[in-house]
Amino acid sequence: MANFTVEDALRSRWSASAKPRAVRTFAVLGIVLAVAALGLGYLASSAPGAGYWLAVLGTALAGVAAMTCLGAAFVIQFSRLVGTWLFRLAFLIFVGGLVGIALLAWVPALLYEQVDAAVADHYGAGATGVLTVADLEAVGWALPTDSIEVRRQGAVGWAPPTDSIDGRGKAVVGSAHPTASFLAYALWPLQFRLTRDILALVGVVGFVSLLAMFTIWWERKVAGRMQSRLGPMRVGGWHGWAQSMADGIKLLQKEDIYLEGADRPLFKLAPYIAFMPALALFLALPFSAAWICRDLDIGLLFILALAGIGVLGVIVAGWASNNKWSLLGAMREACQMISYEIPLGFALLVPVMTTGTLRLTAIGELQAGGFHTWLAFQSPFTLAAAVLFFTATLAACKRAPFDLPEAESELVAGVYTEYSGFRWSLFFFAEYAEMFAVGALAAILFFGAWYSPLPANWGAAWLHGPLWQRALYGILFNGPLWLIFKGFFFLFVQIWLRWTLPRIRLDQVMYACVQVMLPLSMLVLLGATFWALLVPHGSMLAVVANLACTALGVGAVLAIIGIVFYGYSNRRQLVGTLAIEHWPGS
Amino acid sequence: MTGEAIAFYLLAAVVTAFALGCVLASNIVRMALCLLGTLGGVALLYFLMAANFLGAIQLIVYAGGTLIVIVFGVMLTSRAYGTKLRVRPLEMIGAAVVTLALLAGLTAILVRTAGPVVSPSTPDFGVAQIGTELLSTYLVPFEVISVLLLAVMIGAAYLVQPEKK
Repeated sequence: MANFTVEDALRSRWSASAKPRAVRTFAVLGIVLAVAALGLGYLASSAPGAGYWLAVLGTALAGVAAMTCLGAAFVIQFSRLVGTWLFRLAFLIFVGGLVGIALLAWVPALLYEQVDAAVADHYGAGATGVLTVADLEAVGWALPTDSIEVRRQGAVGWAPPTDSIDGRGKAVVGSAHPTASFLAYALWPLQFRLTRDILALVGVVGFVSLLAMFTIWWERKVAGRMQSRLGPMRVGGWHGWAQSMADGIKLLQKEDIYLEGADRPLFKLAPYIAFMPALALFLALPFSAAWICRDLDIGLLFILALAGIGVLGVIVAGWASNNKWSLLGAMREACQMISYEIPLGFALLVPVMTTGTLRLTAIGELQAGGFHTWLAFQSPFTLAAAVLFFTATLAACKRAPFDLPEAESELVAGVYTEYSGFRWSLFFFAEYAEMFAVGALAAILFFGAWYSPLPANWGAAWLHGPLWQRALYGILFNGPLWLIFKGFFFLFVQIWLRWTLPRIRLDQVMYACVQVMLPLSMLVLLGATFWALLVPHGSMLAVVANLACTALGVGAVLAIIGIVFYGYSNRRQLVGTLAIEHWPGS
Repeated sequence: MTGEAIAFYLLAAVVTAFALGCVLASNIVRMALCLLGTLGGVALLYFLMAANFLGAIQLIVYAGGTLIVIVFGVMLTSRAYGTKLRVRPLEMIGAAVVTLALLAGLTAILVRTAGPVVSPSTPDFGVAQIGTELLSTYLVPFEVISVLLLAVMIGAAYLVQPEKK
């Protein structure tokens, strides 16, 4: 690789230019400062009056400086020793870190779920009882919930760890199982709504950022492969995995340009109007029945409302840019959004009518019994509604073939023409976040939500087993992993369509909506209504329709797998040798 | 002062500020955005009062409505020539009369019905109950409004038809 990459820059800074001298200097300075801090601390213990406070201040400053110097020396020495290996293994470390974080987040969540269920058993759903560390210990060791002794003390929340004293006035903490006590302490803050909300918010922001960065890289790789190119290959070493990070750093450094004639406050505000709703809708999006920030009874409506506000950001951006191309893009977006909202709404009414609720967790919970119970396979109308919903969300997310607001070949970059740097990247964060959100919504409403294709009751025995069995249940039957997997599958379908289909003209977009999708969605809604009225659950017709739709779905999946195998076996003709040589593992 | 009260006063201030901005702005797109801010703030007030369904519907209906106002604003006014909306004195007097009458009416209603404000205590008062009520107790008004809206839609579609020669 002849090109100079971010990796090279980092490597040269940390290993080549950092001479051993620097390490020695930092280390010696750090030791001297540490000794000074200790000396000052000794003085402080006996000095009188103001001298005491001066000595304390000196101790603190010297201590911080010493730690900084020693830390710098350590970092430089460490990166000199392992720097080369670090960059070679960067991808593995990155993935390992992500998996580790996910597991770390998951295990307390599983335990917490159990604790919450125990509280609900005693006090009814939604109530917060008073549990002690002893109860948490019992949960940590997966004892049956009957053995958990819950004491109501009038206060809200569980008793804090220090209060957990048994009948003989002896502290329970750490008495029986040291590990369990540690777990109990770690879990204890989770009882507070505030802690959980902060964790959820941090999780949502982190997830959306990682999601956008990963998906942009993924889209570029997929686009490359579909066009017999390689896509990003340089940054980070393994297939350019760090490309999005490098792009992000570049975008942050760019100048924040706006035009002389632009409506400055609106121009600056528009990216946030687009981005904030895309972020906020994840608050009501369940990743599983328990993994949700706020389980609203109108979850579906809430997500729709926020998606509708996000569109305004794009339109304001196009208008405020004071640029013909941007304005044309904005008008196209408005036109498209107003039209496609109607078939989208009709398509959404079908699952709502079938399940009788707007609560997303409730809709998901109804699809627990294996893939034939998924909502899309219940009747021909729900299957049609799933297809209509997916098509309408393509238009709502401005994805090809409906990406007219951006339309690089006609409108320069459409509404994004005048944006640069951070504001520009916010639009794309919003777009990719919404793409995942609609994919996840499609999975929740039609394709089994967070359940695997296996019936969840096969693993019912594991649900109350020890921790490893519950974790395995979470992987095999029911858990956020499945929703994320399904969401990414629909994301991939969106990417796939974008690089396969040509962009259609505006009049074709309107024709497709008003003349095709609108009547079809009305028919589907009408059909679903009569189906719900006339075909009782479990009747012959319902079973036959269910089987036929399931067979159709399975056939589609098998067809996709077949196409993949065909493509793989003919890869030399289809993709070309350049890409084949860089295939992972070849 | 409870957190709820603080949130209420903050939201009320935001709503009022946006409403003033909507009246005072001279640019129609900014006006529309201020209107969206007002209506969104009212939606947040609904959420604060645990009326989730009303809040979400407010957002959906008015976000879409504001979108159309912006489209008309862009199509009907040209920014290039700096068209500004000006209010004539006579119009101002008319508007003042109407708004004062409205204010008086609202105040009268508030004074007459003012009582202790209570938060909804039934936790199961949700969207399902609203749906049941709409299709049982209030079925006739609901259907009347539906027919009215249908008539409006047909009328609009008839009006925008190109004239036949």
